[in-house]
Amino acid sequence: MSASPAVPADQGLRRVIGDGSGVPDGDPGVGPEELLQLYRSLVLLRTYDERSVVYHRQGRIGTYAIFWGHEAIQAGAVHALEERDWIFPSYRESAIGLLRGIPAATVLSWWRGHPAGWWNPAEHRVASICIPIATHVPHAAGLAWGLRLRGEDTAAVVFFGDGATSEGAFHEGANFAAVMRAPLVLLCNNNQWAISTPVTAQTAAATLADKAIGYGMPAARVDGTDVLAVHGAVREAVERARAGDGPTFVEAVTYRAAPHATADDSSAYIDAERVEEARRAECLGRLDAYLRRAGVLTDAVAEETRAAALETMREGIAAAEAEQPGDASLLFAHAYADPPPALARDLDDLRRVTGR
Amino acid sequence: MTTATAVRDLTLVEAVNDALHTEMERDPAVLLLGEDVGRAGGVFRASAGLLERFGPDRCVDTPLSEAGILGTAVGLCMAGWRPVCEMQYDAFSYPCLDQLINHVGRYYWRTRGAMEFPLVVRMPYGGGVRAPELHDDSPETYYAHTPGVKVVVPSTPADAKGLLAAAIRDPDPVVVLEPKLVYRTARGPVPEGEHIVPIGRARVARDGSDVTLVAWGAMVPLCERAAEELAGEASVEVLDLRSLKPLDEEAVLASAARTGRLVVVQEAPRTCGFASEVAALLAERAILDLHGPVLRVTGFDVPYPYWQLEDLYMPSVERVVDAARRLLSF
Repeated sequence: MSASPAVPADQGLRRVIGDGSGVPDGDPGVGPEELLQLYRSLVLLRTYDERSVVYHRQGRIGTYAIFWGHEAIQAGAVHALEERDWIFPSYRESAIGLLRGIPAATVLSWWRGHPAGWWNPAEHRVASICIPIATHVPHAAGLAWGLRLRGEDTAAVVFFGDGATSEGAFHEGANFAAVMRAPLVLLCNNNQWAISTPVTAQTAAATLADKAIGYGMPAARVDGTDVLAVHGAVREAVERARAGDGPTFVEAVTYRAAPHATADDSSAYIDAERVEEARRAECLGRLDAYLRRAGVLTDAVAEETRAAALETMREGIAAAEAEQPGDASLLFAHAYADPPPALARDLDDLRRVTGR
Repeated sequence: MTTATAVRDLTLVEAVNDALHTEMERDPAVLLLGEDVGRAGGVFRASAGLLERFGPDRCVDTPLSEAGILGTAVGLCMAGWRPVCEMQYDAFSYPCLDQLINHVGRYYWRTRGAMEFPLVVRMPYGGGVRAPELHDDSPETYYAHTPGVKVVVPSTPADAKGLLAAAIRDPDPVVVLEPKLVYRTARGPVPEGEHIVPIGRARVARDGSDVTLVAWGAMVPLCERAAEELAGEASVEVLDLRSLKPLDEEAVLASAARTGRLVVVQEAPRTCGFASEVAALLAERAILDLHGPVLRVTGFDVPYPYWQLEDLYMPSVERVVDAARRLLSF
């Protein structure tokens, strides 16, 4: 075991941000301007998430998968990429495209079940939101491998949760990526719950990162509430990928401090005290405190950042709600690039009956 | 569409190989991936010579990973490739249904047409080959039922080449089911060079006026034999659908108008089989042309049997002739 390139089980979690008293801060690895950019991304995602829960309660969006407390994993990874690198989100990262210029209205429309909720993955290098667990891991492996075959210097990162590591698609995607030496980062948000299934019921492995050993790929375990630790680990993984050394598994350990989704009542299965502990140690608060200790963040910048994020959301929900109802033709428009003739007949018939 | 003038006599599997060579030569974005497709040249030799000609980046021996093959093919499309995925056998393709249903048939729609997924899934399919369990299935219904996906089934060498080439060039995902029962016994003239058979057009394999046998894949030559058997008593048309989705509805309706009697033959189990779709089309749109019920000759709603019993399971000339006679005397 000690000869393995990946020996994560006995490796402590990578951390950079200290606690402001006994645990000192480490080297952030980035300068003050980039620290503030990370901060703005965290605030934007946090604001997106909190407003979305409100919008759901107001009946303005449908069922919503909450990612409160996981913003550091998302922002830390995205900031470790170049614009040309690809992102493959699961539904837990539904708003990650905001960090790549996708409008809030687009993602809100997606959660509103409106056909305006789409984007061109190639334009933003953000794949469509993946609902079925782990099934996008092979997509990311194929894209990364395919771009390498074309001689492009492009990496990809795929996001998934702890539960996803039990899926066959995770295994097939990870194995493919390793065999093909795809420039891919497999980023596992281990928040320790898959709806009501704890990670201890998900695997008998000591850590999820242990699984990397079986694929012959290195792994890192990081504190998922420490955006600088995530950023550093993903940046190193991307460097490996660019050097032609293949994929890396990064396990970002955190705790799900919110229900799985707005439709879930997690009080039925989760320990409220443990949730409170996670909420006290959440990622934005940790970064905020760190930046103030480092003299990078002021009250004025914090207030301005929060106000800008709130304004983005106000504009986003207004634009999403201003979308006209989708036309019946959209039922058929993009089922095929070259559709069977029967679809046009079906549309005519639908219009004849419904008058729409 | 055919630019070739010369023809060669090839078996069906040789025609598949010819199509792969021709299309990979024509378009450097075409890539074949699958189990044993490279070094071995495919367990049926369908990809023989491709590794030598195009190298390991375009003729890729993959891990044993059907869902991984189709899942990575989705990503390969996003990277600008036109992947052709080989599933080694019909029933071995079932693990890839997750990718097919959840993603392959939906991703173009999901991106509202911004990204195309021009991939091909091709596989040998069907029974009668004296093989162990799960080397005999006819899975066409699973594929044809999936929105966003097209399904073609050649029955002749020329169509095997032309439909596969059309599938590779098609902007949508296409599943190509190759009848392995006749991989080496179906032999015929195949145009050299580029050859396309448009997707969505059926073929009248034999003209007739009293009864139509509707079939696809290995059931087409079976129906031709049944038509011979009936030669003294009825004029039998054989309609080879070639494309299940899109279905050439006009060709089916035109045949119904000619004969008024139709028997649909498939080797898949009966319930919700594609024969039912053809029968429903006739019930909806040809009722006044029909002189009797639409009959189906199919496999049964049971697991595909041990091969010593498979001749009883598979539609036979005997069963097809019996159905045609019942219909003719209705």
